[in-house]
Formats: sequence, C-alpha cells, structure tokens
Amino acid sequence: MSRRTLAPFGRRALEVTGRRELGAYVVLEVADPGGPAPRPGQFFMLAATEGWGGGEDERPFLPRAFSVLRARPGRLEFMLEDVGPGTARLCALSPGDAIWATGPLGLGFAAPEDDRRALLCGGGVGTAPLAIWQDELLAAARPAPALLGFRDAAHAAGAALLANPRVATDDGSVGHQGLVTDLLVAALDEDEHATVYACGPPPMLEAVRALCAERGVPAQLALEAGMACGFGACFGCVVPTRDGGYVRICVDGPVLDAAALAEVPAH
Amino acid sequence: MRPRLAGLELAHPILNGSGTYDAIAAHRAFGDALLERFPFSAYVSKTITLEPRAGNPPPRLYETPAGLINSIGLPNKGLDGYLADDLPELARLPVPLITNVMGATAGELAALVEAVDARAEIAAIELNVSCPNVKTGLDIGADPRELEAVVAQIRPLTAKPLIVKLTPNTADVPAAAAAAEAAGADAVSLINTLRAYAPHPRAPDRSWLGARTGGLSGPAVRAVALAQVRAVAQRVAIPVIGMGGVQSGRHAADLLAAGATAVAVGTESFRDAAAGTRIQHELSDLFAKSGDNAAATRSV
Repeated sequence: MSRRTLAPFGRRALEVTGRRELGAYVVLEVADPGGPAPRPGQFFMLAATEGWGGGEDERPFLPRAFSVLRARPGRLEFMLEDVGPGTARLCALSPGDAIWATGPLGLGFAAPEDDRRALLCGGGVGTAPLAIWQDELLAAARPAPALLGFRDAAHAAGAALLANPRVATDDGSVGHQGLVTDLLVAALDEDEHATVYACGPPPMLEAVRALCAERGVPAQLALEAGMACGFGACFGCVVPTRDGGYVRICVDGPVLDAAALAEVPAH
Repeated sequence: MRPRLAGLELAHPILNGSGTYDAIAAHRAFGDALLERFPFSAYVSKTITLEPRAGNPPPRLYETPAGLINSIGLPNKGLDGYLADDLPELARLPVPLITNVMGATAGELAALVEAVDARAEIAAIELNVSCPNVKTGLDIGADPRELEAVVAQIRPLTAKPLIVKLTPNTADVPAAAAAAEAAGADAVSLINTLRAYAPHPRAPDRSWLGARTGGLSGPAVRAVALAQVRAVAQRVAIPVIGMGGVQSGRHAADLLAAGATAVAVGTESFRDAAAGTRIQHELSDLFAKSGDNAAATRSV
C-alpha cells in the first residue's frame, strides 16, 4: 500500500464536530466530507479560521502540523496539547468552529518486513500517529504492542488512545517509573525480531534511533519540527542525514528510516 | 489584465517569490491538481548556485508577530543538478520559467548565466544579489557601483530577460535599482527578506537559528515593501516586480498602485498552497468592480 495519500490542492475549511479532554490533551474531531483517507503517519497543517493571530506575542501566524490520530470516512481526529499560542488557540475551539486544513501530507509508516513484529513506541503527544497505525495493524490481524511514555498521570491519560499499552511515567504515577526506552529495551531483550515505530520528543527519538542502531533493529521514526508550509516549499523542517545532507521532514518524512539519519537533533 | 514583464506576457499579475514554492515537492504532495490549477503566471525557481549547497543547520524557522524569519541557506543541487534533475520536471509547469541564480564571483555568475541562457525551457533569468562579496563581506546588491559592474558583466552573456532581485538591506534601494537599470537589467524585483534575528526562547543570549541570523517576511514587512517599491518605481523606467507580505488582492493592488507591474506571493503560500489563485481572483474582482485599474487602487 502506498505510504502517501495525495492532499487536495490548497487549504480547505473543515468544521469541528467534537472536542474531548483526555487528561492534559484535547482530542479534536473534524468533519472532512469527501476527504481522502490518510495513511497512518501522515499529517495535516491546521489553523483556526478565526482568531489566528493576536495571541501570545501577537502569534500564531503560520499553521501548525499535527499527525492524524484516527480517521474514518469523512472524519478526522487530532491529538493536541496546549504548549504555545497555536496549540492554545486550537485547543480552545468548540464544535461548530472552523479550521483551515491542508493534508494529508508527507509519507506514512511502511509495514514491517521479514515477518518482523511491529513494536510501537510513543512519547507524549507523539502517541497520536501510533493510534491510527495500531488500528490498521490490528485490523490486519497483526500484533501491535505499544509502549508509551508520559510526564505524569495527567499526560498518561493519553495512553487510553491505544489498545493495551505498557506505560512509563517520569514521576512513576502510572506504570513504570522511568523512560519509555526502558520498556523498549525490555521488549527487545525478549524478542529482537521486530520493527520499531516511534514518535515522540526529539531526545526520545534519538535514544530509540541509537538503541535500534546498536541492536540492528529496523526503526521508523515519525519526526516533528517547526514547519511553515508542510509541503516542501519553505525548506525549514530539515533533519541531518548520514550522507552529510538534510532531508525535509514534511515531504521526505515525517516517517523516516532511522538508519538514514545521523541523529535526531534536539532543539 | 495580462501584464507584459520584460518581454514576457503573463496571464495575470501574480508570480511566486524565489525560494517560496518548490513546485516539484508540491507536485509530490498534491499531484496533478497542482499543474491543473497552478497558482502563478510564471514560476520563479529557488536560487541556483554553481555548486550544490546543503543549506543552513536547523533550526531554520522562527515565527514572529505576523511574520516569519527564515534562515534556509539556499539549499540546492547546484547548476548541473538543477539542469539535469529539476528543469525537466519544472518544464511541465503550464507557465514560463524564471531561473534565479546567485554567484559569489564574476566567473561563477558567468558560468551560471551562460548555462541557463542555453536552455530554451527557461524564459528569463533572475539574479539574486544578496550574496556577500568575498572580499568586503557586503552584499553585492548593497553597493550600487558593485551591482552595476556585476550586472554589466553578465548582461552580454544572455539575450533572455534579466531581472535583478534587489536587497532591501541597504541604505539606498532606489540607487541600487538605478544601477541595475543602467547596466542593462530588464526588470527589478523587491523586496527580499529583511535581515532579522531570533532570540532563543530559553536562552535569550543566543540565537534560535542554526545560522544565527535570517530574513523576515510576511505581513510584518508589507509596509516596508510598499515604501521601497514606490521609491524604486519612481526612480527607474524598467518594470518592477513587487512583493512583501501580500495576503490578498487588496495587498496586490496596493503594490500595483505603488508602481509594480507584477506582484509576487511568498510567505502566504506557506499558509495556503493555493493562495496565489485566491489573490489573483480577488485582484481581478477588484478591477472588475472598479472598471479600471487605476480606480481599483488606493493611495497609501
């Protein structure tokens, strides 16, 4: 199956049809009548149609990138965390409000090869693309165990978005006290014949990349970066590759083969 | 309205600014809808240099009040890569191609202009003069005498229309425009981004940007663009391509009223890949309502 569903050209106005809080997160549901079915790992650029600007520091100005959390025909879900003027505005939307959306964009996950099992590993709001990917893997009767890391109990509420996750929290309030990479080490110690699918903050992804490189385990990393456009126009969202160049996360990713990357830079 | 621009007849006045629209990447994201509904009346390439460039280390972007600082560093495949890989794809676009080039020396520029001149797919050449002189460290385009010498050197190398993309980061932009005109440029384009700095949000004593400084674009620079385009259009007789923070047909009309012949859209395309089409339609509606171009514009 193709890893890229083409986006309709240009941004389109979509209506917010649902908003629910999940601990520290907001799940926004929008209607996308006739919209194409995104591939797991693809993302959208989102902005509120009203009140986009004039927030903290007179921002936001540019749209923000969000992985698709879940999709069914005519409906999309996104997982948001209020961390700045853009996400604050989007988190404040209510059903009936409208957003500008461009997508689906980028390249999604590729299925595991060589009979490897999928092993999903997420951190924080990086849980989102793993939910739609787990849905697809489970629907194809493939096992898709998930390991999720969060800061604290309020954030760990996001673990409810996946089926049967093992959870780690920084403060130990839920599950294992420590990092999600502790759980990943344990899972790979049990069985290394896996493909790791990871999304989360850059330091977590760098740890996953280094760990998988050391063990020779294939890994696909869903990266994020500040983006202006999401379709390759601005060249802003680059990550360094092993060959000394850069690739754009928005068109060459956001899902990138960990083996192609020199490192996942922390900003 | 079908503006004539340095020998090119354009279907409408809206172009893209160089480096703000990668049509090849956009085709990967949107498919053939991009070709069927291409938003611009001519396509300006990103800056091509003689040798390949990887571009600046990230972070490369910083959002400002109503604007964006970019510090991209002109990544490109180099002249040979552009001609071999990109040009055949860009030639599929339904509009004339303008290739933007930058060279640090007269020899580099000559090689670029001669190679681009030899390709029939390319309709015009735009010269990026926001390039530091290796000896003085100043942008070539910041010094009218140096700019005139550089343009005069390459003018005989091509019969294609030659557009000079002026730098706004200099004391006397109209003098630079006049120098380009005197050396034989067929048009000038402005404004390029304004030099800008982005403090690190968690460490204000250092820059957020990997390459420390960048260029500001978006609505934040619109009023500056109007002033510079107006001053340049009053000084030179050659056509002016105006740009800087254009988000609507009204903004485009304002630049036309300031003396521009065509208008380029840049940062607004980041917010909406099809913004150029919307802006063109809004501009067309303004003209239709007013009955003529002059009445559609307002004084600023």
